[in-house]
Amino acid sequence: MRIGLFATCLGDTLFPEAVKSTAVLLARLGHDVVFPPGQTCCGQMHVNTGYQREPVPLVRNFADQFGDASIDAVVMPSGSCAGSVRHQHEIVAERYGDAALRAGVATVKAKTYELSEFLVDVLDVDDVGAYFPHRVTYHPTCHSLRMLRVGDKPLKLLRAVDSIDLVELPEADSCCGFGGTFAVKNAETSTAMLQDKMRNIATTGADVCTAGDSSCLMHIGGGLSRIRSGTRTLHLAQVLSATRTSPYVPTEAVR
Amino acid sequence: MSSTFLGMPATPPRSPYGTGNLRGDRKFPEAAHDELRNEQLRRNLGRATRTIRAKRLDVTGELPDWEALREAGSAIKTDTMNRLPELLEQLERKVTERGGTVHWARDGVEANEIVARLVRATGSSDVIKVKSMATQEIGLNEHLESVGITPYETDLAELIVQLAHDKPSHILVPAIHRNRDEIRQIFLKEIPGVDPSLDNVPAHLAAAARAYLREKFMTTKVAVSGANFGIAETGTLAVVESEGNGRMCLTMPDTLITVMGIEKVLPRYQDLEVFLQLLPRSSTGERMNPYTSMWTGVTPGDGPQEFHLVLLDNGRTAALADRIGREALNCIRCSACLNVCPVYERAGGHAYGSTYPGPIGAVLTPQLAGMHAAKDDPNSSLPYASSLCGACFDACPVKIDIPSLLVELRHQHTEQSGTTAEKLAMKAAATVMKHPKLFTAAQKGAGIGRVLGGRDGKISHLPPPFDGWSESRDTEVPPKQTFRSWLASAEGAATMRAAADEYEQNRRKPEEEK
Repeated sequence: MRIGLFATCLGDTLFPEAVKSTAVLLARLGHDVVFPPGQTCCGQMHVNTGYQREPVPLVRNFADQFGDASIDAVVMPSGSCAGSVRHQHEIVAERYGDAALRAGVATVKAKTYELSEFLVDVLDVDDVGAYFPHRVTYHPTCHSLRMLRVGDKPLKLLRAVDSIDLVELPEADSCCGFGGTFAVKNAETSTAMLQDKMRNIATTGADVCTAGDSSCLMHIGGGLSRIRSGTRTLHLAQVLSATRTSPYVPTEAVR
Repeated sequence: MSSTFLGMPATPPRSPYGTGNLRGDRKFPEAAHDELRNEQLRRNLGRATRTIRAKRLDVTGELPDWEALREAGSAIKTDTMNRLPELLEQLERKVTERGGTVHWARDGVEANEIVARLVRATGSSDVIKVKSMATQEIGLNEHLESVGITPYETDLAELIVQLAHDKPSHILVPAIHRNRDEIRQIFLKEIPGVDPSLDNVPAHLAAAARAYLREKFMTTKVAVSGANFGIAETGTLAVVESEGNGRMCLTMPDTLITVMGIEKVLPRYQDLEVFLQLLPRSSTGERMNPYTSMWTGVTPGDGPQEFHLVLLDNGRTAALADRIGREALNCIRCSACLNVCPVYERAGGHAYGSTYPGPIGAVLTPQLAGMHAAKDDPNSSLPYASSLCGACFDACPVKIDIPSLLVELRHQHTEQSGTTAEKLAMKAAATVMKHPKLFTAAQKGAGIGRVLGGRDGKISHLPPPFDGWSESRDTEVPPKQTFRSWLASAEGAATMRAAADEYEQNRRKPEEEK
């Protein structure tokens, strides 16, 4: 398949390792990964903060970049960005866009997937050939769980990883407290939620807490770093792209 | 806005500013700041919401047609809202035919005056009350007291709140923020003639309340209630409850006055079969609530011989006029969304400043009372009191898409707010992001953020408005290389080529080696 990779603005700028892993993983599975260079941001932060006029050009740009019929699927390492493309773009297009935008949004929405959905539903693979000899716990991010309904697809993928020690996270489905600008506007309530998430992570004794969204991981990882917890966060794509020949090395690539 | 009034519709009135209990005195983050430090509240809420969540999942999970029930509930309420005026007129007709009197109240002020007038006409200076969100919303108790009528709350938790001169913090469990020691203290101080040796055993506390209330039930001639449902087809009103105090209030007095929000009407008697399944299972996590009382007008020789129904608007028509926001009127006040909300669980009900807290409160309150009624209206912070995690939508028995409503109200807020620093920042961000070249330049600029990091590459202090974030979270400095620059580099190209080669090699391998 010819896959249009959407890096997401956050992944591209702050968490490139997660995007690299996504690209490598898809290529290793035999697919042609293309990166439309004009891509930027899906506009989720705007919409979730209450701005719907401002992201119109972003929604248009997304549809333009990925709308081409030569792209069979648009894949992104983010449940919340996929959720934005699938649920919010049409709201913005309906209200402030034109007929062309509405059509473009509908086209691109139909072929947009979060990584784990794409692997399990479209490619029909559980075992991506990964090797990850570490103790891992999985946090299902809210938008992947309740907006995209990825269900246990990420866990199916993780269970098939060679040598992984996968431990269940207590109260896994409760929000980590990120919520985009919520973590800034309601920082204290967000922190209270984060504390409970970190307490649950601690009980697993995991080396790595993984999830399908770099944004939530930035939140959880930022908290774990502050309390010097010893558990680190890693995007699902990074776990799935590690192999025996190129294993995950617990220090991030040169920063 | 249009420069002319010609042809522009007038917006229906919201609940008048400064009346009732639909607005706190400060914004959510400030109120939450204090509530989060209340350890007792945090423990009570954590324990109570966890217990009730588990119970709800048990009794909703056991029904094979639960999702179909939710669909039906949503469809019935949506149909109701689509033809609310005709249903209300039908209800009025039926109640009147059966000997009741219907009053229409545009807002809480009118409703309070109507109720006070009706009570005065009976000659009674006391009323007993069934727990009611509508009368809490309009501040009926405060109004009655101001005109010399004493209201007695008869629901145990509501009584605790009233005796403590406090406000409810949960739709279903109004005293969820109190523990048994506090309740004992309140009873000792406020219940006349209470046994001074009263201890904190829940059964003893309940018995003390029971003895106090029994006397009120036997002697008070007027009761005020709310209504869970009003059936247009028959004129029947329904109240569901757990303690039997409602049954007492609805049957024993001579006069019954019911205050009902206009959105509580249902078209048909048969619709109750859907809602009497949805409500208790979603609310208390019970298969059936202990008491369901239904009455239709007046029955000679049985129950109250005078019945008044006060139909309350108080901003509901304004909410109904909003194409998207009207969905919030489908709420049946079960409180399932509160119990699953991670924000409510930490901050508690008082932080919302309204009779309606939690996720549904965050979308209902601004619509009933407005969120731009004054400068820095505290209600404008409510749509932001959510991480948009979506747990409320999953729990809602009538499938109200609360996260989408929150996003919609946020949009209405930004549209109303004129030019703010945030809006300028959002515009600037969008301008940069719609031009890939500018975006790439900005990404390079972000690399400068590396200087903010300490030796470990972590940023531990950020300036406002991000100081709240950095209070409890480290932020990694931006990496040296973005994904797109890596992909364009020789290393990126080689890595991608190697990955593709790996697939080819794997493919060529004989099956057994794979």
